[in-house]
Amino acid sequence: MREVQAAEITKTVRDLFIDANCNLGEDVLAAFDRGIATDESPVAKEVLRELKENARIARDEQSPICQDTGLAVLFVEIGQDVHVVGGELKAAINEGVKKGYGEGYLRKSACHPFTRANTKDNTPAVIHFDIVPGDKVRILAVPKGGGAENMSRVDMLSPSAGLEGIKDFIVKRIEASGSNPCPPTVVGVGIGGTFERSALLAKKALTRKIGERNADPELAKVEVEVLERINKLGIGPMGYGGNTTSLDVFFEVEPCHIASLPVAVNVQCHATRHKEAVI
Amino acid sequence: MAEIKLRTPLTDKDVEKLKIGDKVLLTGVIYTGRDAAHKRLYDLILAGKELPIDIRGQVIYYVGPAPAKPGKPIGSAGPTTSYRMDAFAPKLMELGLKGMIGKGNRGTEVVEAMKKYKAIYFGATGGAGALLARSIKKAETIAWEDLGPEAIQRMEVEDFPVVVINDTKGNDLYVEGAKKYRKA
Repeated sequence: MREVQAAEITKTVRDLFIDANCNLGEDVLAAFDRGIATDESPVAKEVLRELKENARIARDEQSPICQDTGLAVLFVEIGQDVHVVGGELKAAINEGVKKGYGEGYLRKSACHPFTRANTKDNTPAVIHFDIVPGDKVRILAVPKGGGAENMSRVDMLSPSAGLEGIKDFIVKRIEASGSNPCPPTVVGVGIGGTFERSALLAKKALTRKIGERNADPELAKVEVEVLERINKLGIGPMGYGGNTTSLDVFFEVEPCHIASLPVAVNVQCHATRHKEAVI
Repeated sequence: MAEIKLRTPLTDKDVEKLKIGDKVLLTGVIYTGRDAAHKRLYDLILAGKELPIDIRGQVIYYVGPAPAKPGKPIGSAGPTTSYRMDAFAPKLMELGLKGMIGKGNRGTEVVEAMKKYKAIYFGATGGAGALLARSIKKAETIAWEDLGPEAIQRMEVEDFPVVVINDTKGNDLYVEGAKKYRKA
């Protein structure tokens, strides 16, 4: 067994959330550049230039890209040969969130669903654990803003709807979302498993880098096809019109029940933030 | 695109000349307000009580800013999605609200209220919170500190960049923009 200190996990989580919120990925910046070069709308180009400038300011000042610094979502893979010492794992992660959002001047967006009273430290985090082979801990911090999350949906399609039904569901969802989720968006699609598994797959799909195609060549083709259909909707950056409505579409697919065809669409705004560390 | 400079508070004359797609630079005082603050404003109105701000001619910015770093007036402060304020917006326009800044589509009843009461829905670039914060020179909480990022703040802005999404004639930039570039 390899021992990992809870304090190290706390520090890592703290740093990851500050980093993710202040430093936009190069893959996203490159996607903005492609939109600036190819979009037919002058207004779209202007919005994309603003987003680039915004990312530059955020990086220089180490201030958040967007004021919605999200609920703190994490994917945590624990090697089965790891023993966490010096504290409880979940508590250590939540402490890291508390520190990151406090010391990083990030907005605290967690509140009670009915009273709407703010928890004031952005906890509890939404943590998805997985046990994997090895003796490492891999932590992926995915701050998730509310505006785009609100546009996400799960549907239990009839198996007869097939792949075409899935494609239509995704394109219609993005069309109905319009300007709300801060386009250009990234679209995470989870297909298969159960009701909750499809949603988790869709969330996990959003942790890929822009342009990173599915390992399955057939699915890779479908991703590109759906992206092209979305970008024909005309919504454009901020919904002001244009050809850059989404930057990418990612599918994650698993087997499902013979009676079911679960499909989840998790919408992500252009501030697509995810940073990882391995301890 | 021509840029129109406007100073708050806004008059009927100011807003009636605006049309969708116009780029406007706002200077003066604006107030922040999002979900929880709107609910409280609305409840006060229904109870016939006084509001913490005189709403006449004012502009409400749908935003919950990030905390200010030392030496800065405000943290990142871009718009939040506006439809969640739809249930409350017509009442505020009836009382004299002249402008709303946010992002995302508004409901029919809000667009109708903008025609009826002469008000404008401005869009600011969503997710450009670090950039937009540069146009905010001063910010202070004036009501409901307990709401944290949702408290009402009085902001002094200079050339705050917005685009007209819905004008006083019932036009909608989102509808026209998508129509122009749709290929399917």
